[in-house]
Amino acid sequence: MRTPKKKRLYLVLACLVCLGGAVALSLAAFSSSLTYFLSPRQVAAHAPPAGQSFRLGGIVQMGTVSTSVSNDTPTTRFAVTDGRAAVNVVFTGLLPDLFREGQGIVAIGSMGPGGVFTADEVLAKHGADYMPKDVEQELKASGKWDPRFGPPPDASAWNDMKVKDGT
Amino acid sequence: MTQSALSRTNPASHGGWFHYLANPGRFQRVARPALPWLVVLSLIFTVTGIIWGYWFAPADWQQGDAARIMYVHVPAAWVAMAGYAALAFCSLLSLVWRHPLADIAAEEIGPVGAGFTAVCLVSGSLWGKPMWGAYWVWDARLTSVLILFFLYLGHIALIRAFDNKAHAYRAAAILALAGAVNLPIIVFSVQWWNTLHQGNTISLTGPSKIYITMLYPLLIASVGFYLTFVTLVVARMCAAISERKTISLLRAMAEHGQ
Repeated sequence: MRTPKKKRLYLVLACLVCLGGAVALSLAAFSSSLTYFLSPRQVAAHAPPAGQSFRLGGIVQMGTVSTSVSNDTPTTRFAVTDGRAAVNVVFTGLLPDLFREGQGIVAIGSMGPGGVFTADEVLAKHGADYMPKDVEQELKASGKWDPRFGPPPDASAWNDMKVKDGT
Repeated sequence: MTQSALSRTNPASHGGWFHYLANPGRFQRVARPALPWLVVLSLIFTVTGIIWGYWFAPADWQQGDAARIMYVHVPAAWVAMAGYAALAFCSLLSLVWRHPLADIAAEEIGPVGAGFTAVCLVSGSLWGKPMWGAYWVWDARLTSVLILFFLYLGHIALIRAFDNKAHAYRAAAILALAGAVNLPIIVFSVQWWNTLHQGNTISLTGPSKIYITMLYPLLIASVGFYLTFVTLVVARMCAAISERKTISLLRAMAEHGQ
């Protein structure tokens, strides 16, 4: 039976399906420009031309951070990695508080001479794991979480861990 | 809407409660007595969640006390999205079934939803500066939530832009339904693209990544925010229905020359 209500329902659904399809296709087409940053692997595959500004994102590689101070302004050199490739970065200026080895960051800048990424700005990207400091230290001390190998295990593994500051 | 439409009783021969509640007058008689209870419950949950989160929950291992912004930011973001889903659902009811209560609900959800989206954007911005080092970045999550805010604003403007209310409801319903495409984009933006915004901490399908004494206040605050949203929308709807009744009464009196 084709009542007016059913007709309207099918019309609305058909419009939504068409619109959804159109949006999905355009998002798929523009996917590369919707991505906020390039990973070191993508940079290694096709590096943007020197001088062209882009964002580089990844983990600050352990043991690569070195800082020198001239004219009261620190210059920091470090490598950003995604586990498969690494890009050397140099940045002059103050880093966000969360910046440290093993931390995810996004650097905005361009490739300079010698394949070194010159950053104009460094943003810290934090993980999605929330826990008290005591739990974090307990996890690392007991060997359940080695930050070199990525994020901590699922919360079900440490949610019942008794700590003094677990309130 | 005229007096006759307000007091019209639906045959309700099929559809049950769905058509039963389509009558705004009947909705008002059910919702009015429930309002004080809704106010009390929203206050209890919101205040408990916020106080627990800000004073008693532990600080985060990497973000310290700054992570406490989540007890406002996350519930506001959830309600902003659920509110838009409700708006889209009302628009479907309005377009297909000409549900009179759905039109009133859509008109009143707009400003409340926009308010929660604004809270989400501002609290997120204040969280971004100390943690990321920037108030705002144009990544997929932040941009899609900003679009959600503009969709709310567009809906608020459009549904009040016509002299003929029936035209206004239809135009606004089409906008709300088309904008619903944005909801899955917001939800999956952190999975589909690299973003500066963190990935999901709480997942309905998989394990969570948050300590239990931080999760409880977050969930309680979220229930509080949802209840606050419902309370505000129901209160606005009751007021809107009373306003329509008053206007049609005044008009009827004027027509009879009294």
